[in-house]
Amino acid sequence: MNKLWSLLFLAVPVGSVGLFIWAPANGHWWPKPLSSYGADIDYFYYLITVITTIMFLVTELLLTWAVFKYRSDTPGRASHWHDNKKLEITWTAATALILLWLGVYQIGIWKDVKFPGRFPKDAQLVAEVTGRQFEWRFRYPGADGKLHTVDDVQTVNELHVPVGVPVKILLKAQDVLHSFFLPNFRVKQDAVPGVEIPVWWKSTEEGVFDLVCAELCGWGHYKMKGRITVESPEKFQAWLTKTWQEQEATR
Amino acid sequence: MIESSGHEGGHEAPRGFLRRYVFSTDHKVIGIQYFLTAVVMALVATVLAMLIRVQLAWPEKAVVAPETYVSLVTMHGTLMVFFVVSLALVSGFGNFLIPLHVGARDMAYPFLNMLSFWVIVPGCVLMLASFLVEGGAAAAGWTAYPPLSALGKAVPGSGLGQTLWLLAMALFIASFTMGGLNYVTTIVNCRTRGMSMMRLPLVVWTFLISAVLGLLSFPALTAAAILLLLDRHAGTSFYLPAGLVFGNETLPHQGGTPLLFQHLFWFLGHPEVYVLVLPALGIGFEVIAAFARRPPFGYRLSVYSILVIAVLSMIVWGHHMFVSGMNPYLGKYFSIVTVLITVPFSVLGLNLIASLWRGRIRLDAAMLFALGLVSAIGIGGLGGLYLGTATSDLYFHDSYFVVGHFHFTIGTVTFFGIYAGTYYWFPKMFGRRMDEGLGRVHFWLTVTSLFPMFLLMHYQGLGGLLRRTYDPTVYAYNAAARGLNLSITLLAFGLGAGQIVFLVNLFRSMFAGERTGENPWQATTLEWTTESPAPHGNWRREVPSAHRSPYEYGRNGGAEDFVLQSAEKA
Repeated sequence: MNKLWSLLFLAVPVGSVGLFIWAPANGHWWPKPLSSYGADIDYFYYLITVITTIMFLVTELLLTWAVFKYRSDTPGRASHWHDNKKLEITWTAATALILLWLGVYQIGIWKDVKFPGRFPKDAQLVAEVTGRQFEWRFRYPGADGKLHTVDDVQTVNELHVPVGVPVKILLKAQDVLHSFFLPNFRVKQDAVPGVEIPVWWKSTEEGVFDLVCAELCGWGHYKMKGRITVESPEKFQAWLTKTWQEQEATR
Repeated sequence: MIESSGHEGGHEAPRGFLRRYVFSTDHKVIGIQYFLTAVVMALVATVLAMLIRVQLAWPEKAVVAPETYVSLVTMHGTLMVFFVVSLALVSGFGNFLIPLHVGARDMAYPFLNMLSFWVIVPGCVLMLASFLVEGGAAAAGWTAYPPLSALGKAVPGSGLGQTLWLLAMALFIASFTMGGLNYVTTIVNCRTRGMSMMRLPLVVWTFLISAVLGLLSFPALTAAAILLLLDRHAGTSFYLPAGLVFGNETLPHQGGTPLLFQHLFWFLGHPEVYVLVLPALGIGFEVIAAFARRPPFGYRLSVYSILVIAVLSMIVWGHHMFVSGMNPYLGKYFSIVTVLITVPFSVLGLNLIASLWRGRIRLDAAMLFALGLVSAIGIGGLGGLYLGTATSDLYFHDSYFVVGHFHFTIGTVTFFGIYAGTYYWFPKMFGRRMDEGLGRVHFWLTVTSLFPMFLLMHYQGLGGLLRRTYDPTVYAYNAAARGLNLSITLLAFGLGAGQIVFLVNLFRSMFAGERTGENPWQATTLEWTTESPAPHGNWRREVPSAHRSPYEYGRNGGAEDFVLQSAEKA
């Protein structure tokens, strides 16, 4: 009976591994990365997953094995064993080395994504983005390429960007915190009132995708939904001109 | 004085009901008072969780309104972290165990101890009352980020509800600080003869470090809360920059920044995780030693790891703010130290597993929960790697991956610690045992619903599903992830049902459990050298001295396989 009970502890590793196999087969996985650095970021998910899977399986199996092997109904008394310097130093040093390596290694991508000094020099300023309860407002520099001039094009919840070129937005918020989240592009940045934060990415595929608010911003947080349209630079220019004309016509 | 022990505090127990059970200065009564208060608050917090799950499983039915939903998630988190786990684990078990473990007749400051409990009671009342005021309970998340929490017009719950939230938190902090002072003083100054620091049971070490962390970090939240109250009611602008616009109205504030609050909050908020998790690990060490019948592996290394965790936990708070708009250069630093804090934590986990080696393991309910705790540390700790590395946090921040992760760490590890501790020390509290059969049913019901539930939440995070989302069907991208919501809700119902078994067992055993003697588990630490329940003053005779390590299990030779810590060396 004791044997059976101790084996039940296998349920955790077996169940977890089962879920790990079931999930991707049923669409529970990272969405395909659609930005130039998306694949680099995903590389770290997979790297961490390799590390965690090994550590998880080793520890869980050791736990189950110990509970099974050293049951109270096995003969003899427990051993008064409580120290092993070699073992202690080994696993402290091993985890420290692996984790320090991981921590330092991943910083390269972090810098590329977030450090303004490392943004691509040719990143095109596409729009100023302002979060407010509960919508996204976009202001595109018009023909003169400058923001806050008479030819600015303004939209609500509609972001258009050209494909294949690095783009930059200036992120702001006018009332509370919001967060600019493009799941497919691995872009996430909080929008903070009083601060203007530059964000860049390079889209690699055309299409229409969700823009999501990822920071609690009030009762309507869940419906603060925008849309990003990635299209060829020519189409992007054509859309900008058309929107400008519509804006002038209704002025 | 009835006894001539020569120790202060060895006086007779008060006779009147009020002085004995209500306004008691006895650390054991206060510990149980905290524990039962936490049970009441846990019932409320669980009902909130069930409402959240009902809304998420059937969003089209709109069971609650969106403004109510944000109040629900805010209050579920606040209650669980500060008014359930903190109260039961740190204040409850801390009070009950520390004097018994170090060999003292009571806490260093018994009156302060009573005061700390009677300060938290109005705190609980204010928190619960905030559901009834206009606008409802606080709705800015348990993190209470301004401007949402600073401006009444930002969200309905940011009216009187948020003010009550802040006042209740102030009372909580006052209470927790009094408790912490008592813990540190008692452990440092009131140890019995022979109880050197390196002879302290590990759980006492965890309470000590937890109290020190609390004392160092809570003042930051106190300051943050006062500044927030001023911003709300005195027109200051600590967290509010110029140019805030609501509707067509521009607010007159200028000069502040919301990021200041985030730094202050997480300066407390991250150490708070360890304030809660460390005592749970400590309980794990005690229970595993008693039921594996051998000393915990690597006592010294564990103590050093706890100290390293304490130091590192004070300097990693920024990992909650990678995408907050904080300077990304800081993100680089915080990411590396955060990954490093996993090292002492892994060491503690590995020591716990090694503590099973060559033991003779009895699978009583207390031990089952202690082993479950070890599993949960594994999953929670490894999941933390994805969030601590800034690069992958870019995607996971504020997603259900985070929700699943912290429910394994400050949710499961702490609750399993509480449960293991309850089954283990219940005889010392009430002189009776809890029912073993019901205990096992409780464990397996809990494990089979809890693990899949929070694991599935990790997968929802992979799919990009975000926390605090009232109705995820608004979006297309999360279709697969939100499809798991119904299953998770059903598992949550199962988890809730499992806890009913625990409550029935708890209250029935208080009055009808099998009576036990001094040392029902054949354990070694000092609390098992006095009768059950322990009398006022803890020992009717002289306070025992410590003559050896707290874990003399697995000793061959004698009739018993253990030697009490108080046994004199031959």
